Amino acid sequence: MTRIPIEANPYIENFDILEKTEFAKDPPWFRSLRKAAISHFAEKGFPTTREEEWRFTSVSSIATASFKPVPANRKDLFASGKIEPFLFGLKECARLVFVNGLYCEMLSQMPPRLPSRVRVENLARVLEESPDLVEGHLARYAPYGNNGFSALNTAFIRDGAYVFLPRGAEIEGFVHLLFVGDRNEALANVRNLIVAERGSRVAIVESFVSLEDSAHFTNTVTEIQVAGDASVDHYKIQNESSRAFHIGTTEVNVGKDSRFSSFSLSAGSRLARNNLNVCLDAPGGECALYGLYLLSGSQHIDNHTMITHAKPYCNSREFYKGIVDEKSRAVFNGRVVVVKDAQKTDARQTNKNLLLSDAAHVNAKPQLEIFADDVKCTHGATVGQLDEEALFYFKSRGIGEGAARALITYGFAKEVVARVPVEPIRLHLDRLVLRKLKQEGKGGEEM
Amino acid sequence: MLEIRNLCATADHKTILKGINLKVGIGEVHAIMGPNGSGKSTLAQVLAGHPSYAVTDGEVRYEGQDLLALAPEERAREGVFLAFQYPLEIAGVSNAYFLRTGLNEIRKHKGLEELDAMEFLGLLKEKMKLLEMEPSMKSRSVNEGFSGGEKKRNEILQMAIMDPKLAIMDETDSGLDIDAMKIVAKAVNKFRSPDNAVIVVTHYQRLLNYITPDFVHVLFDGRIVRSGGKELALELEEKGYDWIKEEAGTLREARV
Amino acid sequence: MNTAPDTIEALANREYKYGFVTPIESDVIPRGLNEDIIRMISAKKNEPEFMLEWRLRAYRRWLTMEEPKWANLHYSPINYQDIIYYSAPKQKKPLGSLDEVDEELLRTFEKLGIPLEEQKRLAGVAVDAVFDSVSVATTFKEKLLELGIIFCSFSEAVQNHPDLVRKYLGTVVPYSDNYFAALNSAVFSDGSFCYVPKGVRCPMELSTYFRINAMDTGQFERTLIVAEEGSYVSYMEGCTAPIRDTNQLHAAVVELVALERAQIKYSTVQNWYAGDREGRGGIYNFVTKRGKCAGDNSRISWTQVETGSAITWKYPGVILQGNNSIGEFYSVAVTNNYQQADTGTKMIHIGKNTRSTIVSKGISAGHGNNTYRGLVKVLPKAMGARNYTQCDSLLLGDQCGAHTFPYMEVQNSSSSVEHEACTSKISDDQIFYCKQRGLSAENAVSMIVNGFCKEVFKNLPMEFAVEASKLLGISLEGSVG
Repeated sequence: MTRIPIEANPYIENFDILEKTEFAKDPPWFRSLRKAAISHFAEKGFPTTREEEWRFTSVSSIATASFKPVPANRKDLFASGKIEPFLFGLKECARLVFVNGLYCEMLSQMPPRLPSRVRVENLARVLEESPDLVEGHLARYAPYGNNGFSALNTAFIRDGAYVFLPRGAEIEGFVHLLFVGDRNEALANVRNLIVAERGSRVAIVESFVSLEDSAHFTNTVTEIQVAGDASVDHYKIQNESSRAFHIGTTEVNVGKDSRFSSFSLSAGSRLARNNLNVCLDAPGGECALYGLYLLSGSQHIDNHTMITHAKPYCNSREFYKGIVDEKSRAVFNGRVVVVKDAQKTDARQTNKNLLLSDAAHVNAKPQLEIFADDVKCTHGATVGQLDEEALFYFKSRGIGEGAARALITYGFAKEVVARVPVEPIRLHLDRLVLRKLKQEGKGGEEM
Repeated sequence: MLEIRNLCATADHKTILKGINLKVGIGEVHAIMGPNGSGKSTLAQVLAGHPSYAVTDGEVRYEGQDLLALAPEERAREGVFLAFQYPLEIAGVSNAYFLRTGLNEIRKHKGLEELDAMEFLGLLKEKMKLLEMEPSMKSRSVNEGFSGGEKKRNEILQMAIMDPKLAIMDETDSGLDIDAMKIVAKAVNKFRSPDNAVIVVTHYQRLLNYITPDFVHVLFDGRIVRSGGKELALELEEKGYDWIKEEAGTLREARV
Repeated sequence: MNTAPDTIEALANREYKYGFVTPIESDVIPRGLNEDIIRMISAKKNEPEFMLEWRLRAYRRWLTMEEPKWANLHYSPINYQDIIYYSAPKQKKPLGSLDEVDEELLRTFEKLGIPLEEQKRLAGVAVDAVFDSVSVATTFKEKLLELGIIFCSFSEAVQNHPDLVRKYLGTVVPYSDNYFAALNSAVFSDGSFCYVPKGVRCPMELSTYFRINAMDTGQFERTLIVAEEGSYVSYMEGCTAPIRDTNQLHAAVVELVALERAQIKYSTVQNWYAGDREGRGGIYNFVTKRGKCAGDNSRISWTQVETGSAITWKYPGVILQGNNSIGEFYSVAVTNNYQQADTGTKMIHIGKNTRSTIVSKGISAGHGNNTYRGLVKVLPKAMGARNYTQCDSLLLGDQCGAHTFPYMEVQNSSSSVEHEACTSKISDDQIFYCKQRGLSAENAVSMIVNGFCKEVFKNLPMEFAVEASKLLGISLEGSVG
């Protein structure tokens, strides 16, 4: 893949324009952050398949297209009924809705009361009203040096969610962040910041959807800090249109005796890449990462996870499954790094892939990098097809080929979905999986 | 043969043994009993030299030597054998090879000639028969994939082969069914002689039905709180450990 | 448990016993690399025109390539112009028989435990001895020839069997394959050649012993083994080099071709000088080894025990082209002190019902870094392909690293690929248990490590297995207490 010449890069041109207009009002620390990020991007550009981390995922289609941020003064409006299907059937939950990357107050809602000092609001507002709240956090857990997309995201920070939990605070249920794309060529640059202070608890759901079959590009970065004794459950449901592009990075810093769990479902987009990096940064930290990816057509979905055991006595569990059909291609790259002195680490990783068609393609690359000696680390990965034995068993009980295949495939996915503890989310995911499998023409009526 | 004086030991900065006094004479069988967490296994491990425990006070004389000054392998070569409560697994190393290497180290130490593979195999077969072990156990990896009972039997097999002077059996009866226990007891009784001594560490009295001890000691909270003959074990079986605990409790109060 | 570092150190300090230098006059060409040097090498070997052309094409390709940087290896840059690409011990005349081999050379190999006089050899092993850039002796040649088996140095093969060389050279590892393969193709000086005709089961182990002696030379050997329909051959290679405080480059290529129902077993015990305890000196070992299961039902297995070299970069692979063909890779790689190894395999499934098995055991001690990097690729037409990979790491000490990078690329839905890996250390309780049975710490470690490697060792030919197990003990000396 060839590198795009910088002078012709539309993203940089766009930045120059915004820098003089919309971004001119930002506080100085923020402006210099943007500038540092864009110059990093200008220098490094978009990643290419020559880089090990992007070896199987070419982003040239994004690099050569000209996705643009929508003008800030143009609010995209539509009837609230259109987002109804994405709301888990819940009325009272805290919800922030963003359309093409910009906050939409009309569609958002807050529960009648939130615990005191808890903040759930859009980042643009916080940056405008009390930027000092985010100054110490923004770009701290998600360094823009990691990849060109994070740099681009940082340079273009406009809006996203800001969730703050003070010491010991807890939000009942979960906070729902809904990102809707509905415009061709729109670049939704989403930046979320979640700060959970000592002893707090929260569950956050990020869902990414499209209205119509629009070809938009979402470049999202979520930074999460889980301070000591805190607990954060993070859900990411990515089901954008089959013409959309999605690059998402979630960077998590886990403190002492804290736990972080992540559940990721990737079913949408023509090209999607999810980076999930968790740093277990103090003793006693724990993380559990679950993932499911469902691909059909000519989709390309790439899940890159990295768990860094930076301190001793931390546990990590990772369980990712994929169902890959038709001409699609799935990439799983799970990296576990145990730094020197991170003794007593206990890390386990499993990745299982189900290939449903001969034209489908899986690249799985689990990696262990271990520099400490007193550790227990295992990983396992499989790529296989539907179990013929199981298929035969179903048929011997009178179930037809199609239904049997569908049931087994569904069962394969269910193993991950069943681990979602929150019922409305689990049911929603279950329906989503069913619908996706049916689209692939494999679904039975009742499962 | 063995004399323990005021032995105190800690693990992870927690004091577990708080002054053990015990004399074991040649040809004797001593049973050490006590409730969970009283320090029985610690005593066994300290005698074998487990590095997790630090001896903070007291001394142990064994055959006129300072036992605590010896490295674990030196103790083994001097004839101290510990049958582990939780025997370790060693992947890829056959049971026979493991045993022969250990035995030959001990023989070398004693100034005896090392056994070659054939001689050793003869000895191994004989002892395995005594313990009613499957012949395949000798070529299987050390304890790998063994059931709990098989592991314990394997420990006693090792004891029978190494022929120590002082055998310490740490809860060898746990995880054994009655038939296996009889087999193990038979092997231990066969091993007993006027030239060696046995310390049986156990929670329950039942093993002592088959291996009759000369002395029974009750360990509680890191001390031997009572000693007696084999009838003490029966008394414990009948009354449980609570009365011991109570007695020890009053004792402690009285001391305070 | 506090693993006594002093015992570890004592163990690590044992001398590399192959570190001597043979005082022998050598025929050396000037340092550096250019087309003239390549012509010179080719001329010295009196090669036919096709070989020179091939070398030059490789060289020109090499000039356009970049040294690979993706491996998990750190070393100071190699100055390719500072290497001597050809060094041969001066011999009185062209080799006719073993009687004419220089006394000093015979003594060298004897010292290495490889007596070249046939009567002294174990009857079951034929040896090709390579000293610096050339093969100095091949044993049992005549006996093998009676069966139609050609076993000789590569140079002789070029002279005597140019058609076979021409037919197979570069068919498994083309010169364009990678940087080091291209370099080797341009400058390789000798190596072994083996051809087993149809239906013949080679009655003895064939082996090559590689010895680097001269200073500042690179060793670039090339081995080609062709097993015709229904034949069988088991081949072993061993390597050593003197102790020097500068690094020396070894960039070899091995090509195996197995035709229908043929079977090739290739075993390596690599014990190049590993550098000293501070990481000075040692061989840079950049090797391309690949086999092609060209025919149906063929089988190629690689077994390697890698204990030497400062740097090891090596991925013996199998192209499973024939239907039902089988590829195997069994590896033990040890890194102690400052050694680094980035090694693994490539299994390329092309034919139907092809199967591959990978068992990799990495042992890291001292400041060693051990990386497993393996590729399992299943192409769209490889219906029913199966792979199983098991890759375990053992860590001794807290200054070393173990890394696992398996790549699985699957494009066929009727295939199954399985990978399992675990990393562990020898537990203190295991050591205590062994000690309680009278074993010393060193003995306990060596026993546990050998147990860890058992699955690999059992695939080595008998006499190699004993050697490997001993070598493992030596390489790990000083790593655990």
